[in-house]
Amino acid sequence: MGKKLLLEHINEPGIETFDVYRKKGGYASVEKALKTMTPDAVTEEVKRSGLRGRGGAGFPSGMKWSFIDKKSDKPRYLVCNADESEPGTFKDRYLMERLPHLLIEGMITSSFALGAKTSYIYIRGEYMYIVRILERAIDEAYANGFLGKNILGTDYSLDLYVHPGAGAYICGEETALLESLEGKRGNPRLKPPFPAIAGLYASPTVVNNVETIAAVVPIINMSGDEYAKIGVGKSTGTKLISASGHINKPGVYEIELGLPVEEFIFSEEYCGGVWKDRRLKAVVAGGSSVPILPTELILTTAKGEPRLMTYESLSDGGFATGTMLGSGGFIVMDETTDIVKNLYTFARFYHHESCGQCSPCREGTGWMEKILHRLHHGHGKKEDIDVLVDVAKKIEGNTICPLGDAAAWPVASAVRHFRKEFEAAAVEELLV
Amino acid sequence: MVFSPEALARANKIIARYPQGKQKSALLPLLHLAQSEFEGWLSPEVMDYVASLLSIKPIEVYEVATFYSMYNMKPVGKCLLEVCQTSSCWLRGSEEILEHIKNKLNIEVGETSADGMFTLKTVECLGSCGTAPMLQCGADFHENLTVEKVDELIEKLKKKNERSTYLKSLVNS
Amino acid sequence: MAKLTIDGVEVEVADGTTILNAARQIGGELVPPAMCYYSSLKETGGKCRVCLVKVAQGSGKDPRPMPKLVASCRTPVADGMVVQNLTSPEVLEARKGVVEFLLLNHPLDCPICDQAGECDLQNLAYEHGASTTRYEEDRRTFEKIDIGDKIKLHMTRCILCYRCTFVADQLTNNRVHGVLGRGDKSEISTYIQKAVDNDFSGNMIDVCPVGALTDKTFRFKSRVWFTKPMDAHRSCTKCSGKVVLWMKGDDVLRVSARKDQYGEVKEYICNECRFDHKSVGDWTVEGPRHIDRHSVISQNHYEKIDLQKLKKEVERQLEFQKGKPLPESNPLLNS
Repeated sequence: MGKKLLLEHINEPGIETFDVYRKKGGYASVEKALKTMTPDAVTEEVKRSGLRGRGGAGFPSGMKWSFIDKKSDKPRYLVCNADESEPGTFKDRYLMERLPHLLIEGMITSSFALGAKTSYIYIRGEYMYIVRILERAIDEAYANGFLGKNILGTDYSLDLYVHPGAGAYICGEETALLESLEGKRGNPRLKPPFPAIAGLYASPTVVNNVETIAAVVPIINMSGDEYAKIGVGKSTGTKLISASGHINKPGVYEIELGLPVEEFIFSEEYCGGVWKDRRLKAVVAGGSSVPILPTELILTTAKGEPRLMTYESLSDGGFATGTMLGSGGFIVMDETTDIVKNLYTFARFYHHESCGQCSPCREGTGWMEKILHRLHHGHGKKEDIDVLVDVAKKIEGNTICPLGDAAAWPVASAVRHFRKEFEAAAVEELLV
Repeated sequence: MVFSPEALARANKIIARYPQGKQKSALLPLLHLAQSEFEGWLSPEVMDYVASLLSIKPIEVYEVATFYSMYNMKPVGKCLLEVCQTSSCWLRGSEEILEHIKNKLNIEVGETSADGMFTLKTVECLGSCGTAPMLQCGADFHENLTVEKVDELIEKLKKKNERSTYLKSLVNS
Repeated sequence: MAKLTIDGVEVEVADGTTILNAARQIGGELVPPAMCYYSSLKETGGKCRVCLVKVAQGSGKDPRPMPKLVASCRTPVADGMVVQNLTSPEVLEARKGVVEFLLLNHPLDCPICDQAGECDLQNLAYEHGASTTRYEEDRRTFEKIDIGDKIKLHMTRCILCYRCTFVADQLTNNRVHGVLGRGDKSEISTYIQKAVDNDFSGNMIDVCPVGALTDKTFRFKSRVWFTKPMDAHRSCTKCSGKVVLWMKGDDVLRVSARKDQYGEVKEYICNECRFDHKSVGDWTVEGPRHIDRHSVISQNHYEKIDLQKLKKEVERQLEFQKGKPLPESNPLLNS
C-alpha cells in the first residue's frame, strides 16, 4: 500500500463534517501556519516540497506563489480552480464531495501564505450539488473560528466563497476562469500580464487546482522536506489518479508518484486489470488533452525502461513516443476500441468547448471534428488523414491559450500511433 | 418579471460576496437563480431583469448567457436529461443509453417530449468517468447507467411530475 | 527606450511599445498584417493571429527565444530583442494557416460584396493565402440583418475581430450589440431585434476589416474602384468633420472616415457627416486622396501605374504559384 496523504480518512463515517474531520487531525495545518509560521515560511515549505500543479500543467506551485506581486497595494486573491472538466478527470469532484474540509483547510493555509483576505472556489456549474456540500462545510469552519475575523485569535482574517461556473471547459484555463469569475464570457486573456501581477479585478492573484491546495495541508503538517522524500526525482508526493474506461475497478486512486504504470493498470489495489479478460490496446494517461499511447509505449518507454507514473517518465521520449501526466485522467481502452471513433469524441469535445476568440482554434477544431466525423462514418478519404494532421499542426502553438494545443495533441498522437486504423476507416475513392 | 422575496434575498446575499463595484461577478450565479425561478430557461425579459439587478447593460447578460452551456436560451421540459457522450462514457456504452432514451420518449436530441415532461440533451464530460455511463437531471448524477436504470428513473420522474432544478443548493439560506 | 531588430532592421522605440508598432515605425513590407488589432481602440488585438511573429531572442539580458510565436500586436518589445517576421519560414507557414482558417467559413462572395477592393481579408488572402482550399465541409451561414437603418450586418462574412464591439464600448455610451454564442457559433448580434442607434455607430463600418458591416446608403451603388476618393471637410460640432468623399462624377456615393496606410481610422466621424451630407456642396473638397495600400482602388484608374513595378509583381506571383513562399516584397505596395 502506498502512502495516503489526501485520502487517508476518506472512508471514515462523517468525515465530511467538521467534528469528525477535526477529530482526525483536521485543521492542524491552519493552527501550525497561523500560530507558528510566517506567510513566507509557509511558501518556503511548499517550495521545498517540490509540489507541482495538479490541474495538468505541472508547474512548481511554490514558485507560482512566489511570483505574487507583494508590492502592489491592491488586495491579493487566492482562487481555487475547481472547474474540473478535462475528459477522464473526476478526482477533484471525489475529493470535494467526500473531504470538503480538506479543501477548505488548504484554502485557509494557502490564503495565509499569499496574504489573501478573500478567496474564492470556482467550481464547475454541473457540480452544483457539491456547492451545497462546500457551503455547509464553510459555514462550519466559520462557526468554529477557522474562517472570518481573527482566525484562532490571530490577526489573520479570511472570507471564503464558492462561485459556480455554468458549463464551459475553457474556464479551467486560469485567465478564462478569472474572466468568468468577473461575470464575463470565459475568454482567456492575453499574457502578459500574468495573474500573479494582474489577476482577479486586476489584483495579484494565484489560481491553484483543488488537489494542489489540498496537498498544502500534508506539506505543512509533515514539512516540505518530508513530502519531497515521497516520489521520484522532481515528481514528489502523491497524486490522485482518475481511472476510467475498460478496467475492472474504475475510480479515484491516490498513488505515490513513481508507481509503475503496469502495476497501476493490472494490480488489484488499483485498476484491477482490463475488463472482460480482454487485452490492453491504448491508454490516455493524463486527461483527453495528452497524447494517446499504444500498449507497448504506455508500459515501457522507447528505451525499454518500465514507464512510471511520474511527470518525467510519462513524457520520456517527447511526443514521438511519450505523453504527459497531465491531470491524471487515466483512460484505458481494450482491444475492441475504435480509435477513430474515440478521437472523434475528443474532437467533438474541443470543438464544443473552444471559446471562439482566436481564429486557429475557433475554425480548426470544427474542421477536425468534421473530418473525423466523415472518417468514422466511412465517408473519409486517405488524403483527409494528412489534412487532419496538418490542421492540428496549424493550430498547435498558434492560439491564445493551451486549448488549441489540447485539441491538436490527441489528433497528432492518434494518427501517429494508429495510422493504419485511420487508413482502414477511409475509403479509397469516394463514391458519391 | 421579478424574483420572489426569498430569491431576491438570496440574490443580494450572492452580490455581497464580491467587492464594491464588482457586482457583475454575481452574474453567473444570478443567472442560475433566475433559471430556476423562471421555468428553467432565460427569456430576454428575465435577462433584462438580471441586468437591472446588477446595473449592467442587457447585452452584457446576453453575451454571457449564450456562452455557457448550462443556460437554456429556449424553453425546456420539466426534466432536462443530459446524457454525457465523451470518451469514458462512450467507452462504457453511452450511445446505447442515448438511443434507448430517444426511442422510449420518442424524441431526438434537443427536443422536448409531447407531454412537456422531458428535454433530451447531450453534454460533454461531466466528471463521472469512473461511474460511466451517466446522465444528469437537475443537480443529480445518475451513474453506472443501464437501460433498466434509465427506465426506472424515467418512471420515477414521471410520477413525481415536478420541474427538476439543480439549484436547490446554491447559497445556504 | 528599447533597441530591437525586426527582420534584421534595427529600430529604437519607447518602452512598452508593441512589436507591431515598432515594425510600423520602420514601415514597409516587414510590418506584420493585422486583422483584429486597431491602434485607436483599447484592448483590441491578439485574436486573429495573423500578426504572429517569432521572437528569436527575448532581450539582451535574457537571450532565450520565446517558446511559441507571439501576437506582435500585443507583445511589448524589450531591449535587445530579435524579431523575425518575413525572414522566418515558421511565421509564414503559420500565417498561411491562419489565413486558411479565416477563409474557412468565409463565403468568398467578393463579386457581390461591397467591401471588395478595400477588404483587409482580400488583401491578406492575396498576399499570404493559398490559391485553392482544402476545406470540403459545409460553411457556416447566417441571415443578413439590419442593425439600425443605416448599417447592414452580413454575419456570414464576419471574422470575429471584435473591433465593432470596442467601437460601441469606447465611442458610444450604450452598447447594444456584442459577441454572442461560443466557438465557431459565435456571432455579432443584438440578440433581440434592436437598432444600433447613436451618433457614432457608423464607425463600426469603417473599423470592420471585411464586408460584415456595410453602409446601407452605399450598398450596390458602385464597385469601390470605380469611385474617386476625395479628402474633404465641413465644420461639425460632433466630430472633426474630416472625411473622404467617394465620388462618381459630381455625386457623393459614400462618406467615410480617413484611414491611414494600415487601414485605421485616426479621427472618427459622426453619423451626420457620414450619412446625411451626400451633396458635394456640403463639403470643402481638399483634393484627391492618396490610397497607398488598397491597391485595387489605386490600380484601376485613380493613380498612374508603374509598369515596371507591375511586371515585377506579376513575376513574383508566378513564382508563388509554383509553390514558393512569398518572402519578397510586393513592389506595388511599396510606394
